[in-house]
Amino acid sequence: MTNANPHRLFRGGAAPAALPARGGIGLKPEHYQYILDTRPAIGFFEVHAENYMVAGGPFHHYLERIRADTPLSIHGVGLSIGGDGPLDEAHLDRLAVLLARYRPESFSEHLAWSSHGGAFFNDLLPAPYNAGTLARVCAHIDRVQERLGRSMLLENPATYVEFEASTMAETDFISEVVGRTGCGLLLDVNNLYVSCINHHRDARAYLRALPLAAVGEIHLAGHAREVDAAGAPMLIDSHDAPVAREVWDLYAYAISLTGPQPTLIERDNDIPEFPVLAAEARQAEIVMARHAKLEAAA
Amino acid sequence: MSAAFARALLQPDAPCPAGLKTWNGSDPAKRFAVYRNNVVVSLVDALADSFPVVQALVGEEFFRALAAEFARANPPRSPVLAWYGDGFADFVENFPPAAGLPYLADVARLEWLRVEAWHAADAKPLPLAEMAARLADEAALPALRLALHPSLRLLRSAHPVVSLWAAHQAEDVSAALGATDFADAEAALVVRDGLDVDILRIEPGAAEFVESLLRGAALGEAAQTAAPFDLPATLGLLLRSGTIIEATPSGRIS
Repeated sequence: MTNANPHRLFRGGAAPAALPARGGIGLKPEHYQYILDTRPAIGFFEVHAENYMVAGGPFHHYLERIRADTPLSIHGVGLSIGGDGPLDEAHLDRLAVLLARYRPESFSEHLAWSSHGGAFFNDLLPAPYNAGTLARVCAHIDRVQERLGRSMLLENPATYVEFEASTMAETDFISEVVGRTGCGLLLDVNNLYVSCINHHRDARAYLRALPLAAVGEIHLAGHAREVDAAGAPMLIDSHDAPVAREVWDLYAYAISLTGPQPTLIERDNDIPEFPVLAAEARQAEIVMARHAKLEAAA
Repeated sequence: MSAAFARALLQPDAPCPAGLKTWNGSDPAKRFAVYRNNVVVSLVDALADSFPVVQALVGEEFFRALAAEFARANPPRSPVLAWYGDGFADFVENFPPAAGLPYLADVARLEWLRVEAWHAADAKPLPLAEMAARLADEAALPALRLALHPSLRLLRSAHPVVSLWAAHQAEDVSAALGATDFADAEAALVVRDGLDVDILRIEPGAAEFVESLLRGAALGEAAQTAAPFDLPATLGLLLRSGTIIEATPSGRIS
C-alpha cells in the first residue's frame, strides 16, 4: 500500500491496540444501574459520542463510574466524514472535550455522511466511491486526527444503493483511505454482510480485499430482512435483533484472518436485558478462543 | 450529489435522487426509501423520548404524524440529538389539528424544560446547616443573594401544566386527568435534584420571585412581587429540592 500523502500525521496504519481483544457491549442507559450493581466482567463498553455532549446530569454520572474500571470506546455518529462540505469544527471541539474527559482507549467514526447544508439527518448516508470523495474523506480524517491528536478507526458502511458516479470498489476505497491517512479500520461484520447481500457481492472475497492489518475493532449487530423492488433480499442494518447466524460465521472467518480483536455487540433498538447482550459478547470470546486453540494446534 | 439526496430525504413525495443504481436493475426508489424512513423514524423516536406526555395526551398515531411534520420542516441543526426538540412547542402551538387542545403547547414547553434540566451542568446544593447559618442574621436577609442550580427552569402557564404532567406519572392516569380542572393556571418549577428531575407546582408569585433571583436580585428585592406568595414556604421548597447552591451576604455572587 503506497502512501500518497507525504503530510500524513499518523504513520503505521494499524490503530493502537488499546482495547482488549475481548467481547464488548454498547452501553445503554437502560443498563447503567445493573452494571454498577453487578460489575459484570465485560471486555469494554462503547458509547455514542453525541449522547454525552451535554453539560452534566445522569449520563455523565453513570459513564464516569462505569468507565472507571472498564476500557472504553467512543464511537462518533455525527462527524459526517463522507460529507461534501467542510467538517463541523464546533463538533470537533465538542469531541476533543469529550475525549479529554474520558480518555477512551479507542475513537471511531463512519465512512458516511449525515449532515448537509446545516441540517443533520441522524442516519449514515452513502457517498460515491471516486477520486473526489476520496480526497475529501482523506482530508477530513487528516483534520480529525490532527485536531484530536490521535489515530481514529473508520467503520465500513452498510448501504442500500450504489452510485453511477462510483469508479472504485468500496474495498479499494477503504484501503486507499487507510493507506493515505494512517487511520485504522473498524470492521463491522454485520455491515459487511448486509452490503454484500444488498449488492450481490461475495462476502468472504470482500473481507479478504479489505486492509485487514489495520483492523482495530470489530462490530457485530443484528439486521432485518426485507426485499427490494425486484423481490431480491435486502437487509436493513437495524441493530434491533440478535447477531444473525450468517454474521457469526463470517465473524469466525474474519477472526481466522485477523486474529483476536476487540469485538462489540451493538444493540440500539428493542434492547434486551443486559445478560442477553453479555451472552453474545461471550459468544464472540468463544469464537476467538476457538481460533487461538486451532492456531496453537497448527 | 448529497444536495439532491438530502432534499429527497425530507420530502415524502419527491422522486428518489438520480444517479443511483442496483445490482439487479430493480427500482432504486424502494432502496432509497430505507434511508428516508430511517431519517424520519429516528427523529420522531427522538421527539417521542423527549415529549412522552404530549404523546400520551394526543395518542401515538397523532403524535407521530405531528412529529414527522415537525422533523421534515425542522431537521436538527446539530448532531447532538439531546437538543433536538427546541422549537417543538412553538410548532405544536401553530399546528392546526391540535388547535382544540390549547394546553398542549405548554405541556410540550414543560417537557422541554425537563430535558434541559436533565442534561444541565452539575452543581452541589448548599448544605442545610450552612444555609441555616446564613438565614440566622435576620437584618442581613434582604441583602442576601442566592445562586441557583444550573438546571433550574420556570414555566408560567395559563393551563394546568403541572397537574397534566403529574397525572401521567400516576398509576391511574384517567382518574388523575379526571380530577384536573382544565381552567386552572399553573406555574412550574423544574430542577434536577440528584439524578432525577423534579417538576413542582408553585404559586405564580413564587415563580415571579424565583425569576427575580435568577436575574440576580437580592432576597428583599425579589420578594416584592406583583402576586402574593408564601416566602418561607418557597424558600423551604428551594432548599429541600437542592435548588440553592450558594448564598452570599451582599454584592456579587461568588
